Amino acid sequence: MATDTTTAAAGPQTSTEPPQPAALTQAAKRFTRRPEFAALIGLLVSFCFFAYTTRGSDFVSLDGSAAWLNVAAELGIAAACVSLLLIAGEFDLSIGSMVGTASMVVAIGSGYYTWPLWASIVAALLVAAVIGFINGYVVVRTGLPSFIVTLAMQFVLAGASLGLARLISNTTSISVPVSGSAKTVFAAKWGQYSVTIVWWIGLTIIAEVVLITTRFGNWVYATGGNPNSARAEGVPVKKVKIILFMTTSIGAALVGILQTLQFNSGDVIRGRGIIFTSIIAVVIGGALLSGGYGSAVGAMIGAMTYGIVSVGIFFTGWNSDWVSLFLGVLLFLAVLANNYFRKLALARR
Amino acid sequence: MPTTTATTPIIALRNVSKRFPGNDALTDISLEVNVGEVLCLLGDNGAGKSTLIKIVSGVHEPTSGTIEIDGEQVKFSDPREARQRGIATVHQEVGAIPLMSVARNFFLGAEPVKKIGPFKFFDNKTASRVALDEVRALGIRRIKDARQLAGTLSGGERQALMIARAMYFGARVLILDEPTSALGVKEARTLLRFIKNATARGVAVVFITHNAHHAMAVGDRFAVLIQGRVVADFRRGERTRIELLTLMAGGEELGTLEDQPDDFEDDE
Repeated sequence: MATDTTTAAAGPQTSTEPPQPAALTQAAKRFTRRPEFAALIGLLVSFCFFAYTTRGSDFVSLDGSAAWLNVAAELGIAAACVSLLLIAGEFDLSIGSMVGTASMVVAIGSGYYTWPLWASIVAALLVAAVIGFINGYVVVRTGLPSFIVTLAMQFVLAGASLGLARLISNTTSISVPVSGSAKTVFAAKWGQYSVTIVWWIGLTIIAEVVLITTRFGNWVYATGGNPNSARAEGVPVKKVKIILFMTTSIGAALVGILQTLQFNSGDVIRGRGIIFTSIIAVVIGGALLSGGYGSAVGAMIGAMTYGIVSVGIFFTGWNSDWVSLFLGVLLFLAVLANNYFRKLALARR
Repeated sequence: MPTTTATTPIIALRNVSKRFPGNDALTDISLEVNVGEVLCLLGDNGAGKSTLIKIVSGVHEPTSGTIEIDGEQVKFSDPREARQRGIATVHQEVGAIPLMSVARNFFLGAEPVKKIGPFKFFDNKTASRVALDEVRALGIRRIKDARQLAGTLSGGERQALMIARAMYFGARVLILDEPTSALGVKEARTLLRFIKNATARGVAVVFITHNAHHAMAVGDRFAVLIQGRVVADFRRGERTRIELLTLMAGGEELGTLEDQPDDFEDDE
């Protein structure tokens, strides 16, 4: 699964190589210089480690795979969006609250006020678009670091959604009756495999295609790589950033919507952890924190690695307290490895 | 075009002056450059070189005097207008983006697209082919694949990439702002060769430098600026290297006494 998706995504890149005698080694060489190369190794090592330590359990079974893929998918949706934003050189720390806010909008809409599910879903996405726009507009207008702007937004959103939820419904957790087409789209399940995985793969493909094969993708890299150069060449840097803040918010809202419909309830405190785990996934996936480098497929690999570690620990029977330690070490190694491979990619030939 | 440019300079400054409050940055500058020529603009920091570039590239308007392109008087209200008239500035700090491929750098902001259904996609194939052809035409032989990252190039090659790019997008006058100052000896020599190749392909170059050796290596015309005035304007072979160095040294001595104008210039 893991290797399949990556080689498939790298395929169009390498297949453009005109047939030469050394084409294969050339392609292999170029692949090692892609941002997600180190991440792929990390993923394989993590998988083998847990496959070995949990041997005899269900970790490598169909159900076990579903367990970590479901975890990876939820994180991966946010990570795909965050990767583009990070490549453009910006952070969004408000996505954690955005997940909870979107969850609450759906729950109040369809659980408290009995709107049709689709109406409250659209409302949640619109709220997210507005929040994303505000994040982006404030960042490009004031020139303040997005780290601070979206950190403020994280608290504003958390407070506002808690307060409003309590004011309107007198509770911060509302159950939502889920049925019909919205249930199929957001809460379908095949065995243990959640529809979230489909959303994740779909969004990652879209993000990667946009990044690699469109003008906009080129602008995203340039915006993060050197905003002054980008601006000088006529790239609408501010517009690019605002759009990416909006897609990131919308991606977070989608996570909130998926959770709400799958658990039949909305809760303000959903998604708190995603702020850090999404950045971890993106960075493990080879993105550069200072922008200009990375990929959506890398973010997918990062999310998978997170899924394997967090679910794998559970299968080993060890205390889940160790998850954070593993992730911390993994993040550390990933940053070192990515740094090394990026230097290799920049080596003079 | 070649017939007219033989007599009419591609760009000419006629008695250009620029005054900032409390500071005469440029006084009565007259210069011209022909197609295929390199005009070297020499002078110490604060001599007015950067103000002069800003006027030619449309950032500032002259207080008095005129600019002519192909003998036609022009007025630039912003850098975009200057660029449309074929004046391109290659700065050191606003250069190629290291973590993007040569092809992507080359077409940044003007990406070729191909339509598939309702969607427009970046035409990487065309971009790579054109970029590779153009950089190799300028003499950068070390680029074998336009998909390699610009960061794999040396500093001189990266600037040459930007020169090739500017020429492909219709630049006729290239303003190179201190392109060799951050380069090693060998790299500077390589870049100078690229500059020479560029002029052979039909552009005029304004080469700003305070390195007399680099200027002598490629220059066809030389103008030495001291305190906002052209103190010497001569053609290749009319002065020796020693004379040029003496001229510049004179400038340096005066330049150290006049630190004030530099500060005003930076505030603009």
